[in-house]
Amino acid sequence: MLNFFKRKENKDKLDQGLEKTKKGLFSKLKLSVLGRGSIDEDVLDDLEEVLISSDVGVSTTLKIIKRIEARVLRDKYTNASELDSILKDEIQQVILENHPESLDYFDIPTHEVDGKPMPHVIMVVGVNGVGKTTTIGKLAYRWRSQGKRVLVGAGDTFRAAAVDQLKLWADRVGADFYSKGMHADPAAVAYETVREGVTKGHEVVIVDTAGRLQTKKGLMDELSKIKRSMDKILPGAPHEVLLVLDASTGQNAISQAQAFTEATQVSALALTKLDGTAKGGVVIGVSDMFKVPVKFIGVGEGMDDLQVFDPRAFVASMFDPIGT
Amino acid sequence: MFENLSQNIEQAFRNIRGKGKITEINVAETLKEIRRALIDADVNFKVAKEFTNKVKEEALGKNILIQVEPGQFLVKIVHEELTKLMGGSNTGLSIAKNPPTVILIAGLQGSGKTTFVGKLANHLKGKGKNPLLIACDVYRPAAIDQLTVLAEQVGVEIYKEPDNKNPLLIAQAGIQYAKKHGKDLVIVDTAGRLAVDEQMMNEISVLKESLKPTETLFVVDAMTGQDAVNTAKAFNDRLDFDGVVLTKLDGDTRGGAAISIRTVVDKPIKFISAGEKPEDLELFYPERMASRILGMGDVVTLVEKAQQQFDQQEAERLQRKIRKNELDFDDFLSQIQAIKKMGNIKDLIGMIPGMGKMVKDVDIDNDAFKHIEAIIRSMTKEERMKPQIIDGSRRKRIATGAGRSVREVNELIKQFDGMKKAMKRMNSMGAGGKVGRSMGALRRR
Ligand SMILES: Nc1nc2c(ncn2[C@@H]2O[C@H](COP(=O)(O)OP(=O)(O)OP(=O)(O)O)[C@@H](O)[C@H]2O)c(=O)[nH]1
Ligand SMILES: [Mg+2]
Repeated sequence: MLNFFKRKENKDKLDQGLEKTKKGLFSKLKLSVLGRGSIDEDVLDDLEEVLISSDVGVSTTLKIIKRIEARVLRDKYTNASELDSILKDEIQQVILENHPESLDYFDIPTHEVDGKPMPHVIMVVGVNGVGKTTTIGKLAYRWRSQGKRVLVGAGDTFRAAAVDQLKLWADRVGADFYSKGMHADPAAVAYETVREGVTKGHEVVIVDTAGRLQTKKGLMDELSKIKRSMDKILPGAPHEVLLVLDASTGQNAISQAQAFTEATQVSALALTKLDGTAKGGVVIGVSDMFKVPVKFIGVGEGMDDLQVFDPRAFVASMFDPIGT
Repeated sequence: MFENLSQNIEQAFRNIRGKGKITEINVAETLKEIRRALIDADVNFKVAKEFTNKVKEEALGKNILIQVEPGQFLVKIVHEELTKLMGGSNTGLSIAKNPPTVILIAGLQGSGKTTFVGKLANHLKGKGKNPLLIACDVYRPAAIDQLTVLAEQVGVEIYKEPDNKNPLLIAQAGIQYAKKHGKDLVIVDTAGRLAVDEQMMNEISVLKESLKPTETLFVVDAMTGQDAVNTAKAFNDRLDFDGVVLTKLDGDTRGGAAISIRTVVDKPIKFISAGEKPEDLELFYPERMASRILGMGDVVTLVEKAQQQFDQQEAERLQRKIRKNELDFDDFLSQIQAIKKMGNIKDLIGMIPGMGKMVKDVDIDNDAFKHIEAIIRSMTKEERMKPQIIDGSRRKRIATGAGRSVREVNELIKQFDGMKKAMKRMNSMGAGGKVGRSMGALRRR
């Protein structure tokens, strides 16, 4: 099992993952503006293709293009070489609207009850197989390396061997682990995990949940219940509901974001598998339609393959000439 | 027969004058909508564009014989073409002549491979097979445990070597185990991998080369977006897989990836995985999938209804005409001309609901009418109206005039007679249901 981590231990991974994203978009863009004297219909058509092929989605793409058109009209741009900066600007605006200035997502907010420090509680949700458990492992690893006391709770009591999977991660990164075994009531697991964190003085508590498709009413209700159970033991918990999205997911990500927000008031997003060929443009679409920040990106299966999502860097990297 | 056909067409034209043909202009708006629907459904941008363009090109100039807008008609055509694209033969699993049948599973991380392995084992067990699961995901924590639980759930055996990190050795040993223990089928679960992960892609192609699986299945999440084309192509380049499994279709994803994949790799979709329980495995129905991806169900239904209505009118009119048994060569000729004006004959006939089925598998070339026409044109007015007067010498004259052989003239007259007789017979039977037969006279030329 150890070579699971050895396999991808290099730290360049993060940059490599992002590199692919920006390279894809940028080289296409370069091609599209090459040899054009002005921003005409053809250039806009090419932009449309670039954005849509990156999973940005039709309505967001049209919105961005409309903004560019308007701006071209207003500012009377005639030169396509300026397109880069205009587009960058517009995409950035769409993302930045929903992202705070500072990106200290790996800093843990402190919580107190009657002057006593309480753990920062994170509940992780998402559809099947997007990378919830792995993201928990990576987050725990990050905070463990900062010397924080981390507790993870095995709230997926449904999927075969889900408890074992989280346990292996906990052991590997040196996090404490709470479980009631398979088939236990997940709300009870969540409740007891938080209680354990409160009594044992953990700084971070992360609760895993079973993957579920957002269309399953019963399972979504269960998720709301899991969330409420934590508030009962520690008012205000969970402090963060992290929705994990797979970068290769298409437009369904928006439906996911909507449904999970309804059930659990999602407060942050993690975008995984950006080390693949998927462009990650889904972030732009989701950010636009669903007003919650992307906080983390997953760029591999190793424990350090997690990065803070930096919207400026992300957009800038799409247009970074070094990418070519 | 043809009298009715052309009357129908003329009637239809009278009804929908102005929108009788599909043109670049009258479907432009709909085309855009269709494209957007496909892209919203995650069909790859390029695939959607090329597909809709192709369908449009083929539809241009087509006559619309029913009471719908050209755009609506186009939607229906697109729906049919999508169904055709995703359909096709070879959707079953192949079984090895010399057991065990080896099924290799491949796909991205989190696509649903392991869950599918459990379902497939359950399905095959129900068909009397004795499957063995081989656990070759040596990377993801607890992947082997997960497969172990699933094997237990569906009541099949699992082969695993928890301390072995070499998937190839495990798989080979597993197959040996299967042979020794009378398992007629093995399913090899593998780790999820990215198409750009060279090392991991190598691993799976070595697995494929060494194991020579009877079936290699590519498992893909139905929620996959634009990237589906890249992934499917990369896996296919390395593995030349035999079929696709679409997973997580129990959600609300439209599943456009199915179109993208089918377009870039042209491999059949063999199973649908829709649910988390072992029995949640379904066969693939292209028509349902087309509806799901395109949406626009109301338009498709509307066009279908109009076609059914048209079918009914057509049948009634046909019966009335046949009952009178009034066909002569003049009618025959004018009908042929009317038809010829409409463009491609097979297309045209095929577009008339009910007729489509009759001509689907028959070759009709546009030239088929040329010779008939020439022969009829060589007939005198009298001959055309009273075919019975056409004797041997008249036949010779007609043949010479038409530049055809006497044999061909004989044949046409025989066919014409046969057609009339058939109609008469039908009249006396009081049923118009078999009119389709008389078409044979023309088709066989
Ligand atoms: N390449 C890559 N793989 C990832 C990443 N994150 C997760 N994975 C892989 O995706 C697969 C699914 O991850 P899990 O963490 O089990 O996903 P999950 O959401 O917990 O799955 P369920 O609990 O079954 O719903 C595993 O094989 C992970 O190793 C990532 O950023 N990059
Ligand atoms: Mg999990």
